[in-house]
Amino acid sequence: MIIAEGKPIKEILAMIDDYDKIIVAGCKGCVTVCSAGGQKEVEILSSALRLARKAQGKALDIKEVTLERQCDTEYLEPMREYADQYQAILSLACGAGIQFVAEKFRKQPVLPGVNTQFIGVTEEQGVWTERCQSCGNCLLHQTGGICPVTRCSKSLFNGPCGGSKAGKCEIDPQIDCGWQLIYERLKELGLLAKLEVVLPIKDWSTSRDGGPRKRIREDLKI
Amino acid sequence: MENYEPTVVAFCCHFCAYTAADLAGTMRLQYPTNIRIVRIPCTGKVDVRFLLEAFEKGADGVYVAGCLEGDCHFLKGNFRAKKRVALAKRILEDAGIGGERLEMFNMSAAMGPRFAEVAREMTERIRKLGPSPIKRPKSTAHSAERKEHRV
Repeated sequence: MIIAEGKPIKEILAMIDDYDKIIVAGCKGCVTVCSAGGQKEVEILSSALRLARKAQGKALDIKEVTLERQCDTEYLEPMREYADQYQAILSLACGAGIQFVAEKFRKQPVLPGVNTQFIGVTEEQGVWTERCQSCGNCLLHQTGGICPVTRCSKSLFNGPCGGSKAGKCEIDPQIDCGWQLIYERLKELGLLAKLEVVLPIKDWSTSRDGGPRKRIREDLKI
Repeated sequence: MENYEPTVVAFCCHFCAYTAADLAGTMRLQYPTNIRIVRIPCTGKVDVRFLLEAFEKGADGVYVAGCLEGDCHFLKGNFRAKKRVALAKRILEDAGIGGERLEMFNMSAAMGPRFAEVAREMTERIRKLGPSPIKRPKSTAHSAERKEHRV
């Protein structure tokens, strides 16, 4: 899922300073699971914003809503019924959701309530870690299911580098060495021979080359 | 301002602080009437939303009173509440309300005198801080009204 974290309240207060009627829109997708922009976070943030504005002597009218998803047109539609009555939309969805709301709702500014961080997993309750950088050319079958692009701080393809010490990365001793993880995993699987194959230079054209990426499936188009 | 009486909401765990409040009453202990008790099944039930809502609805101070650490009826409820209170304090600070208006206390069901002491301590703290920033102009008007009424 996409991992995000709420922006500092002071930053949001500065963003909405000119408005007195806003929508705070959460998303029931990834940001709900990573506790950054679900219904609960919408309620907490709205409460904090109302308190802050009351303390400043400037009332703030907030419409709290949590949409099924913000990255699909059909789930944004219900917001049309009341959007025009508000001066701005503060979206707590990931960067994709915020931009999609901005594309579909042209009459008012759409503001970000979260910082979108990475594609990751819930390692344990309250702990999320990065797993994928969406490079567009997966090679997990060759590396024991551990991504060298993401898990190796230097994205090396034939690691580890000389900075790997006792299984930890030289970038930060808290970070596991990605290549040590790959080695351990392949050893566990009895597939260490895979490491003798030198991985070719990666084709990064599927990553950020050529601008924003697009995927089309003609068979699904209506 | 001199007639200002703070409203303090106390979220009290059924298994300790709420029973301690009962005991304080049975022991005929005096504590400020500013306290508004909300009984909860465990402080683990306390959510940041409840704490903020209490302030939104006009509380000048809020505290959560749970079991002594290690004595939670549900094992970890009071530790969870402790973390949530810490988060809510940060939010209140950022919102300009002041994190010191919120506190977490621990006590057992047998600590009636401690319940009364905490009620006094918190009421005094909030009295010194003055009315909640969200109702300062209003509460001045209120105390003026009250004064007139008394005259």
